[in-house]
Amino acid sequence: MNQRFSWFNATSLALGFAFLYIPILSLVIYSFNSSKLVTVWAGFSTKWYGALLNNEAFLDAAFMTLKIAFVSSTLATILGTMAAFVLVKGIAFPGRTLFSAMIYAPIVMPEVITGLSLLLLFIAIGADRGMTTIILAHATFSMCFVSVVVSSRLVSMDNSLEEAALDLGCTPLDAFRSVILPLIAPAVISGWLLAFTLSLDDLVIASFVSGPSSTTLPMKIFSQVRLGVSPEINALSTIMIAIVTVGVVVASLVSKRSVINQRKQEQLAAKSTIE
Amino acid sequence: MPTTDSDEMNIANSHTFAPWDEASAVPLISFKNVVKKFGDFTAIDNVSLDIYEKEFYSLLGPSGCGKTTLMRMLAGFEKPTAGQILFDGQDISPLPPNKRPFNMMFQSYALFPHLSVVENIAFGLKRSNMPKAEINQRVDEMLTMVQLQQLAARKPAQLSGGQRQRVALARSLAKRPKLLLLDEPLGALDKKLRQETQFELMDIQEKLGTTFIIVTHDQEEAMTVSSRVAVMNHGRIQQVATPAEIYEFPNSRYVADFIGDINILEGHCQTGADNQLQIHWAEGITPINATTNTAMRDDSECYFAIRPEKISISTSPPADAENVIQGKVLDIAYLGNLSTYHVEVAPGCVIKAQAANQKRLSRRDISWEQTVWLSWTSTAGVVLTQ
Repeated sequence: MNQRFSWFNATSLALGFAFLYIPILSLVIYSFNSSKLVTVWAGFSTKWYGALLNNEAFLDAAFMTLKIAFVSSTLATILGTMAAFVLVKGIAFPGRTLFSAMIYAPIVMPEVITGLSLLLLFIAIGADRGMTTIILAHATFSMCFVSVVVSSRLVSMDNSLEEAALDLGCTPLDAFRSVILPLIAPAVISGWLLAFTLSLDDLVIASFVSGPSSTTLPMKIFSQVRLGVSPEINALSTIMIAIVTVGVVVASLVSKRSVINQRKQEQLAAKSTIE
Repeated sequence: MPTTDSDEMNIANSHTFAPWDEASAVPLISFKNVVKKFGDFTAIDNVSLDIYEKEFYSLLGPSGCGKTTLMRMLAGFEKPTAGQILFDGQDISPLPPNKRPFNMMFQSYALFPHLSVVENIAFGLKRSNMPKAEINQRVDEMLTMVQLQQLAARKPAQLSGGQRQRVALARSLAKRPKLLLLDEPLGALDKKLRQETQFELMDIQEKLGTTFIIVTHDQEEAMTVSSRVAVMNHGRIQQVATPAEIYEFPNSRYVADFIGDINILEGHCQTGADNQLQIHWAEGITPINATTNTAMRDDSECYFAIRPEKISISTSPPADAENVIQGKVLDIAYLGNLSTYHVEVAPGCVIKAQAANQKRLSRRDISWEQTVWLSWTSTAGVVLTQ
């Protein structure tokens, strides 16, 4: 970090960021284009944002996506937390190591294969494809992400905390509810957020398991783009970028504040030692 | 007054608290032939022991000797592979930790980081069916006992190590357990604070009358606080006795060596009248005169163990000593209040003697390479067979 500013450093920095952000930037700029042609600039306008509000199909898809993301991430968080707890803290059972490794497998599985296998399963059991099947599919592939996040937190937790709760009269369930859950809550929340984003983003798996009445936003965008890019899509994408940016900024502010708080507490502890 | 007699007896009893010597006393906790195996590893190897009410009982041993496993079996976190653990005559092995009237103070303190000091102390009480007003009163009582009233609202992260230790103690005593288990309770404190806290622990134990079992690897700590010490090694109990007995009459070389500093000489014994014994331990050196209560066979192998402070060191041959050995000073360890002299009495055989530094260091009359005489009485050491 103490290196002097040099032309080489400046160039590599500029190139790197240009590579990352020029596509996004052009998308944002063209969302304010007043022309209907995406590639021709004809002056500043926000009319496409207005048009977006009147486009029922987009709004329905967006609402459907949020519903699916909310329910599937909640389901994935419950299942993933339970799995992590059993695999990290539970009693030893034969094949525990195998199961611990197997829970990570869906992360590296190609989405096309996950989607196809879920589709075949839903056909085999005769499930009507629609919102429910998308929710189940999303919960299936995102629960392993939740379980990875939660188990990393559980591994670093002092075992004697749970034992202390039991020792003080808790039943195992009460110990989980009143001691373990509050302590792993940050991991559970970030696991939920991760599952939520994964569900919002997903196109491939949703395409496999969706039915005629259940089109998610990524599916809608993808099908629209195949017919030709409209400035409305640019506007929609810009809104999504804005939401994600706000989310990331808030999350980093919150974590920064907790670091500051912790430092304050340590100072307080140090002071009381001197007293 | 008619009560005088019983009062006197109480006083007499409190001075000689030794229920383990009374045939009629019923132990609070009994281990009966307890075995604990983890796979192929035997952590506890056929342990039987009795712990009485109001005792401050220490489990002492090096790490890996099974002392923590023994305590975890009492708390209910481990189940014995074989044998019984009796509490008031009842086998408690099937009871889960939350059903036992015992509490534990953990080595890491295990304070709940998301709860304040008050909430930590009240945690166990809220899980009993105690009325709310009584809970508040008990928590206040506990805070006063550990002098933490000022810090009641703080979170554990806002406390110093010593304060956390106090919260952990208050939390584990809040439910008035029949038995308090302390797992290396002072291990994380620095030496000065540890010594102060040892005396506080003893005061609290005496005031509440709770039975304490403490696991420690620090022999000084065990000697200071305990009514009795159980010295453990490789999952077995080597000796159970009061601190003084453990120090003065260790029953084996292992115990003698583990507690304090000691000289151990190997030899063969020649028995005499009135428990008298002569130990031949080196060619051409006068045998050691000692006494023993155990029956010894003539010419059997034995060990003579003697503490350095029981040996006198002088620059001229002492008159009328029962044992005298001449030697040469090899090394002097100056400890401030004491000096330990390493004296070579035969080629390759060094005996340590300790003397208080009554004179200033510059006026000490013993120095390196000097010829000195070591002497001790026939009852100063112990004769061991194992």
